[in-house]
Amino acid sequence: MSEETTDLSCAEFQAQLPDLIGSGENIADHAHLLKCENCSALLRDLETIAEAARQLFPIVEPPDELWAQIESAMQSEEAASDS
Amino acid sequence: MTHTEPTTQISESGSSQNLEAGETRHARPRYVPQDTSANQVQAEILARAQAGDHQAFAELYTLHKRRIYSLCLSMVGSIAEAEDLTQEAFLQFHRKIATFRGESALSTWLHRLAINVVLMHLRKKGLQVTSLDEAMEPAPDQRPGRSFGAPDLALSGAIDRLALQRAIDDLPAGYRLIFVLHDIEGYEHNEIATLLDCSIGNSKSQLHKARLKLRDALRRHPTQEGRR
Repeated sequence: MSEETTDLSCAEFQAQLPDLIGSGENIADHAHLLKCENCSALLRDLETIAEAARQLFPIVEPPDELWAQIESAMQSEEAASDS
Repeated sequence: MTHTEPTTQISESGSSQNLEAGETRHARPRYVPQDTSANQVQAEILARAQAGDHQAFAELYTLHKRRIYSLCLSMVGSIAEAEDLTQEAFLQFHRKIATFRGESALSTWLHRLAINVVLMHLRKKGLQVTSLDEAMEPAPDQRPGRSFGAPDLALSGAIDRLALQRAIDDLPAGYRLIFVLHDIEGYEHNEIATLLDCSIGNSKSQLHKARLKLRDALRRHPTQEGRR
């Protein structure tokens, strides 16, 4: 653990957080997180939100009428291109 | 042209292949391999649709309608708009089907086509194309706050679904877009950067701000249980 990493302020750490999270690596052992409950709580919250959001959007069925509308529009387009 | 249900039930590629309506996406939907026999059946249907067989196109619609409609709904949050966008996506699919050469999975191609339809729609509504980095940056009063100084309150227990849904609905369009593409649809930042014509750094930054904003909203509005 480098002294430079250990001595990050919360502001400096949070400025790096998008890149750290975006790297896809496990950052739970980051030196700043090991000593900072505030930023650890922030990270836990962000992970919880992302996971909760994934559960929030179900795969849903479109209304049955939608196909009839699409089919009708396709027929209109084909008729227009044939004429 | 009449629509009858396909006699062979196969699924679009991706982990959503086993999802029925109402089930949730758990993660990274697009890269799960599809079984070979299903691929072959879908390839045959596609070939017939490309040759102008309307029944085959109806079968492709049946296979892909849930994923495309759900994608549109998650990106715009409005049922009426999601229906219009799903219709437009399938109309474009119909117009362009002969140009599909199979370099990628059909579901991936159609998914991207639908995202582009939604992006065009959002841009018409005011999300600028030319400088997305700036255009997606909300006004200062909409930005999430940083989290330092006094100890943060960790979100207590389970997140209230309604509160989270409301918070996502209230996100500025640019934040919502990247949040949905990354956290819901499973796109990587480099893919989002290509789709939205912005930098990878901007995609990471916008996603982070979106999550912070959701956290702010959830902390401002306690769970339903907490209000009682």
